[in-house]
Amino acid sequence: MPAITHHIPDPMIAAYASGSLPHAYSMVVASHLSYCRDCQAALGAHQAVGGALLETSACAALTQDAKPKLMAQLDAPAAPEPVYDAAGIYPGPVMQSLKGRPLRWKTLGMGVKQDILFEDAAGSARLLYIPAGQAVPDHSHNGLELTLVLQGSFSDETGRFGVGDVEIGDEDLDHTPVADPGDPCICLAATDAPLRFKALMPRLLQPLFRI
Amino acid sequence: MSKDKTYSELTVWLLAVRDHRDRAAFGDMFDFLAPRLKGFIIRCGARPALAEEIVQDVMLTIWRKAAMFDPHKAQASAWIYQIARNRHIDIIRKESRPVPDELGEDPGAEPDASQILALEQEALHLKQAIQQLHPDQKEMIEKAYIGDLTHQEISTQTGLPLGTVKSRIRLGLGRLRKELKGLR
Repeated sequence: MPAITHHIPDPMIAAYASGSLPHAYSMVVASHLSYCRDCQAALGAHQAVGGALLETSACAALTQDAKPKLMAQLDAPAAPEPVYDAAGIYPGPVMQSLKGRPLRWKTLGMGVKQDILFEDAAGSARLLYIPAGQAVPDHSHNGLELTLVLQGSFSDETGRFGVGDVEIGDEDLDHTPVADPGDPCICLAATDAPLRFKALMPRLLQPLFRI
Repeated sequence: MSKDKTYSELTVWLLAVRDHRDRAAFGDMFDFLAPRLKGFIIRCGARPALAEEIVQDVMLTIWRKAAMFDPHKAQASAWIYQIARNRHIDIIRKESRPVPDELGEDPGAEPDASQILALEQEALHLKQAIQQLHPDQKEMIEKAYIGDLTHQEISTQTGLPLGTVKSRIRLGLGRLRKELKGLR
């Protein structure tokens, strides 16, 4: 288990537990939790509050045949659910979102590649592949970006991020992450808005690559 | 059995379902849980018919996944809460929620019965603390944990200024935090 120094903030874990966090961020939170005992303990605490609220919840009567209908279903065979377990460097939540498909890396230039895993109106999640020593194009953020390291590490103005660490970027963070020497750095990144690249070329390419 | 005195009813039922596929225990659990679940889901914003559909789905999921319940790791009510939130969201969004991998036992911690008792105690104290909250605080915390809502959305729905919502949630959570060491 890697030594994790950059965690998910507690309010975000609460939002994940309650289901109010957009899907793309939930993928990063669930992936970080797959490495991090401390954050799993924090999730457990929020689940305990939720459970206590459920137990003390005001009741609403069910229709009369609800119980017999349910009891009659207990022996019905459950439709088999596909199970996507962690594989290699990829935690379960990434495999769940791939749903068995192989990775499809698309080149972004300078050896940087991406594979978009999920996209909806609230945000997107992607895998990023950054060769050792390579900088992710200089960018700032329109909204909130979560970046979780799955392999290798990167460093920027704010510190070093290794496997399991998550960096949280917002409008105020104007940084240049550079993959450290060694293995290529592979990250899971979620954003709620397109990243703004400063260099002209990458900006022109933005619509094309949806980054 | 001595454990009946120290374990909550919910835990006893869930263990009977897990270990013995005990239909009578499941029926008792349904009688206790289903109306609370339905009330809870309606206050998440679901219409009664949908809420009942989700309750049935959650109860069936509890029956089928009971083998995964481990009282060393989570209180019965906490385990059921997460199933209820996951099923509700999966049904509405038609997209499975990302679920973390299980981490193995902490190498330093042997699972033993005292862990279960500690979690049971914690659950009991939490329930008592929630019942003692000021109604305003309880309502806000409920909305944060049961509503599929952000603080901003809570504020819009209740018409309260965002600062008031946040401070009520903070005050209420402060009361609960005393009961719950894991809450940061």
